[in-house]
Amino acid sequence: MANIEEYTPIVGQSIIDDLRLLAEKLKGKVIQHINSTAVGGGVAEILSCMVPLLRELGVDTKWDVIKGGEHFFEVTKKFHNALHGRPEEITQHDFDIFLETSQKNIEALDIYGDIVFVHDPQPIALIKKKTGNKWIWRCHIDVSNPNQRVWKFLENFIINYDSAVFSAPSFSQRLPIRQFLISPSIDPLSDKNKELPQKTIDSVLRKYNIKKDKPIITQISRFDRLKDPIGVIEAYKQVKKYFDCQLILAGGGAADDPEGAQVLKEVMARSEQDKDMHILLLPQDDIVVNALQMASDVIVQKSLKEGFGLTVAEALWKSKPVVASNVGGIPLQIKHKYSGLLCHSIDGASFAIKQFLANPEYAKKLGQNGMEHIRNNFLITRHIREYILLFLSLYHKEDIVYL
Amino acid sequence: MPRLIKAIEPFRFYTRLHLSELTGLRASNLSQLLSVVKQVPGACIYHHTHRFLQQHQYLSPEPPNDFAYWVSKVLGEDELGEELASIDTIQFSTVRSLRDKIIATIEDYLKNNMSAKLKFAGEGEEFHFIKSVSFVLPTNYIAYDLIEFVDIVKKVTIDSIYFHIFESRLRLERKTNDFSNWVETSIGDKELSDSISRLDPYIHTLEDLRKTIINIVEQKLRD
Repeated sequence: MANIEEYTPIVGQSIIDDLRLLAEKLKGKVIQHINSTAVGGGVAEILSCMVPLLRELGVDTKWDVIKGGEHFFEVTKKFHNALHGRPEEITQHDFDIFLETSQKNIEALDIYGDIVFVHDPQPIALIKKKTGNKWIWRCHIDVSNPNQRVWKFLENFIINYDSAVFSAPSFSQRLPIRQFLISPSIDPLSDKNKELPQKTIDSVLRKYNIKKDKPIITQISRFDRLKDPIGVIEAYKQVKKYFDCQLILAGGGAADDPEGAQVLKEVMARSEQDKDMHILLLPQDDIVVNALQMASDVIVQKSLKEGFGLTVAEALWKSKPVVASNVGGIPLQIKHKYSGLLCHSIDGASFAIKQFLANPEYAKKLGQNGMEHIRNNFLITRHIREYILLFLSLYHKEDIVYL
Repeated sequence: MPRLIKAIEPFRFYTRLHLSELTGLRASNLSQLLSVVKQVPGACIYHHTHRFLQQHQYLSPEPPNDFAYWVSKVLGEDELGEELASIDTIQFSTVRSLRDKIIATIEDYLKNNMSAKLKFAGEGEEFHFIKSVSFVLPTNYIAYDLIEFVDIVKKVTIDSIYFHIFESRLRLERKTNDFSNWVETSIGDKELSDSISRLDPYIHTLEDLRKTIINIVEQKLRD
């Protein structure tokens, strides 16, 4: 795990100095993060990196995880899909399961933070334990067009928080509490994003039997319908008619996502024994993900909905040309034709991939621009700064705060 | 080399960090944009006219104006986009007067281009109103003369440069930027002060601006 000073060569000493100045202002406050899984998925990944760094800066930060059985996570996955606007049949029984497990967590979980920071809908009902402390609800989901029944159900909890946080402007809702825009981030020093020696990349390719003899198009994502892996395969097939290339679809599972196995099965069925398609269910191994991204010629993120799409930031940080859907937080990361190419369809994705494969200099330039954009806006140091400001905002209601 | 002047009052560098607060307000067409621009807090107008400066600092300067960008790219009203982009922000000393200019520009355009009212943003492309919450705090950097000043300008964050050049002038309604003010009142160098205040910061990237200020001051120190 990197310490805070190791970020200085990447972001500059003054950025780190600012973080130390800000952290002092939170002296005496305990921050308690709560989410639903310790591993897998973007939230756990960010917290794993952020909690130790906040502690090192002197912010007393703790992290707790709620408990939930198979039924609970099936329901919360349905909520997740419905909030993303996907049709889901949600019954009263589902709400009852959610409330029942929530009640158990309310009884079991110790709330001790001066600031309680709840991530996503799974632990949202813990707000019932609010006393004199401050509570923040962090929504990592694209709720630009949510299923209203689920949103209204959650809204009953949300309105009791002090503030809510969303990842993109289009996710904001009319709410009686303050809402902030904070994008997630990547850690440039993590195993997933640090520079790798060529021999490590080569050994990962060997391990998965991938030859570097033709361009590699890659999508790294959980096997989830909202990531549209089938759409990626279709786009690849269109590209393949003109460029002899190969496709990697790779991803792991998350403890709170029971749907993954079924989607993987469907993807395998569609790959139809094409030896240039590599469908990889990965263990939790960030070096492998990093190596696959590094080895790629074009990286795709053809999501139908996206909470933010950190895989885009990861790819851009490696200066890779990226083709990604114009959804969720992706347009914040990609400025079309400047730091990548945005698409709205399978045809659009295949056209953009072909543009990159046919114009390597163009692809290189956009990748480089993308890297600078990530350095300025989507690294963990910016994220830590905004979280500290968010905590401080709980004690200041004005628009200009003098600290 | 002339004797180095000690400042009457040292210059304490501050920094300004910000959070974006979502309002939940959005616009799908020009009429809605105009109506919301009239009612949102000044912190919103400030955000949408200054956000670009900090987020795209390595791009060549873009119109420091979200309204212009949205009107051109989403509604396809290039002419109005150009008019909004070319509002000379440096001429306005308050957010209030800047807002009035934006309103007048849109209203004039709508009067002469009735069909523009009929254009709607596609789903997901609405204009979302955001406001800027600023946190201002002192850094540990203090300059007692111009040599120390220029050394510090080289190493402070661009957030600090941003605060002293943009925010203090427009949002805190000081008459000029903080650097010019200090050079004039504490160093007593009116000529150098004027050179810095003559800069139009809106046509530079922040890193460019830093370099330009360093050059102006170093040139003065050499003379």
